Amino acid sequence: MTTATRAADRAAAPARKPATMARALNQALRDALAGDPSVHVLGEDVGTLGGVFRITDGLAEEFGEQRCTDTPLAEAGILGTAVGMAMYGLRPVVEMQFDAFAYPSFEQLVSHVAKMRNRTRGALPLPITVRIPYGGGIGGVEHHSDSSEAYYAHTPGLHVVTPATVADAYGLLRAAIASDDPVVFLEPKRLYWSKADWSPQEPAEVPPIGRAVVRRTGRTATLITYGPSLAVCLEAAEAAKEEGWDLGVVDLRSLVPFDEETVAAAVRGTGRAVVVHESSGFGGVGAEIAARITERCFHHLEAPVLRVAGFDIPYPPPMLERHHLPGVDRVLDAVGRLQEEEG
Amino acid sequence: MTVLDTPAWRPRTDAAPLLPDPEPHRLLGTPAAARFDPALLRTLYGQLVRGRRFNQQATALTKQGRLAVYPSSTGQEACEVAAALALRAQDWLFPSYRDTLAVVTRGVDPVEALTLLRGDWHTGYDPRAQRVAPLSTPLATQLPHAVGLAHAARLSGDDVVALAMVGDGGTSEGDFHEALNFAAVWRAPAVFLVQNNGFAISVPIAKQTAAPTFAHKAVGYGMPGRLVDGNDAAAVYEVLTEAVERARTGGGPTLVEAVTYRIDAHTNADDATRYRADSEVGAWREHDPITLLEREMAGRGLLDDTWRRTVADEAETMAAALRERMNADPRLDPTELFAHVYAEPTQQLRQQEAQLRAELRAELEAGREAGRPS
Ligand SMILES: Cc1ncc(C[n+]2csc(CCOP(=O)(O)OP(=O)(O)O)c2C)c(N)n1
Repeated sequence: MTTATRAADRAAAPARKPATMARALNQALRDALAGDPSVHVLGEDVGTLGGVFRITDGLAEEFGEQRCTDTPLAEAGILGTAVGMAMYGLRPVVEMQFDAFAYPSFEQLVSHVAKMRNRTRGALPLPITVRIPYGGGIGGVEHHSDSSEAYYAHTPGLHVVTPATVADAYGLLRAAIASDDPVVFLEPKRLYWSKADWSPQEPAEVPPIGRAVVRRTGRTATLITYGPSLAVCLEAAEAAKEEGWDLGVVDLRSLVPFDEETVAAAVRGTGRAVVVHESSGFGGVGAEIAARITERCFHHLEAPVLRVAGFDIPYPPPMLERHHLPGVDRVLDAVGRLQEEEG
Repeated sequence: MTVLDTPAWRPRTDAAPLLPDPEPHRLLGTPAAARFDPALLRTLYGQLVRGRRFNQQATALTKQGRLAVYPSSTGQEACEVAAALALRAQDWLFPSYRDTLAVVTRGVDPVEALTLLRGDWHTGYDPRAQRVAPLSTPLATQLPHAVGLAHAARLSGDDVVALAMVGDGGTSEGDFHEALNFAAVWRAPAVFLVQNNGFAISVPIAKQTAAPTFAHKAVGYGMPGRLVDGNDAAAVYEVLTEAVERARTGGGPTLVEAVTYRIDAHTNADDATRYRADSEVGAWREHDPITLLEREMAGRGLLDDTWRRTVADEAETMAAALRERMNADPRLDPTELFAHVYAEPTQQLRQQEAQLRAELRAELEAGREAGRPS
């Protein structure tokens, strides 16, 4: 966006009103489609229906079926054709309907999307955005609540980002679509209906991919988290005041690239760290972060880096998912254990 | 009135025109060959001879350790050559790992085309400049790329066709199905060429599919299926050219099955005697693509010994040049491995690159101290 249009927008900006993350994502797609004719949205039910979460609501109507396309029901086909479209100079934005239904496209993602720039020595960058609603907490039946971020983060060549706020949902999606590298854009589906004061006429600045943000500074310990678990961590930080603890919270926003500097600086300030995410802990993103903190901050640490993660079980059914998802109490327990380590 | 009588459901297409003919299309040795342009026969012949020599040379290079692997297309040259020649400059070719010859025939420098097979880390050529996608190792995964590119080109109003090649084994992969389905639904200007060479490594076609022919699969997607003798260069060229032009003029995709045979083993690492008899190979040698074309051309007085020798000499010169260039050790820069993972290397990649540089420096120092030439 040019300075001129931004100024014009400001002049016309109405008061900010509560908006959902779903609304912000929809606006990001709309603005991207309007701003660049090479942007194309494709996926299952993204046209007339507007997507099962309505993230693409109204786009086919406004931009036509060629720009927002209902595809046949085939995830490898969706991502595979997106590769060809990107090879021809388009910027496909692909919607996978649910986390666990993206797996048929995994081969295209790993073998081609992630590697094309590399194996063609930079001649064929693939500016593809793969939007995947992920994570639990919405009472979904099986295959509708997977947290698949570790699979993607383990694949060199992919960027992996996940917003936790309404403003970031807009900004990060714009950044992802503008990126010349493929981006796996993980949408925490239980935050789709979370609200914040936000105005589509005055969107936040588009943040660069790869920057974490300190949501809260603290002195007792640092919570490091992303996506669906940010709200849990902020709530835990509030509740921790009762114990006399002052917790900092870092929102990664981007898992790859991983912002080591922001995390290391925050942890050095407190000497204690807890990584919080809802996906399984074993071999998860939290393990990577904990290892890096230990490597970078060992002499500043007063206690081992702890992880609060989902259990290492297949995602449980709706009636039991509250036992799996890390909540405020588990986070506070971990912080408590860190205090015991003293001396 | 049953549900099937309601207007909501009706068959959308008459299947008959989509069905392949029961016998593979042939031209060479038939009266119909008379309509084929003699100049084109000469071109095909020259390219076949050159292609055979290329296959032999590349296979020899694997024995000398100059190529890590080479999946030979000896016996299948008619398909490789026709695939490249049926396309116009603006069109795209999507080859599988066996189709180096099609890539070279399309005009890519042979050394560049062999870069991956040599053991280097990148494709060697610029796909966009050559309009040739990278050789695809995971089977059938390049087919949806071809469809997406063809679709994008059509959306852009460009006159571009994408031709994608796949083996008989590759047709069993899910990506084959998804690609053909997308292509038909989108009426994408794409052509699919199945080279039925009898085997997927050791597995014969009878264990690969129960379909009458691979070309029959087209009907299920709503596109025409064409069956052609894959060793008849003129017939393959004719069928592919028709399919490409049909795609170009808005007629949608076509599935072409070329019935051919893999004369060599799957790759230099494979022992074909474990799964097939020499007599079978012998029968196919009688039906060799070069022999078929020679017979036709000789019958029509298009093949004199002098020109034949010229063609053979040209192929020999090409092979000698290839040999010489491949015998020069390639210069690989290991630190370049980090350069093209992302548009901008991440902090972690920069650190790892620095580490590798330090290791390389240490190696060099150690070499110097040991008195080895650096
Ligand atoms: C997805 C995938 N599975 C397995 C392989 C290993 N593999 C390489 S070639 C091959 C056989 C392919 O046969 P076919 O498609 O008939 O092609 P041809 O080798 O005969 O040209 C197999 C199984 C692979 N490359 N990709």
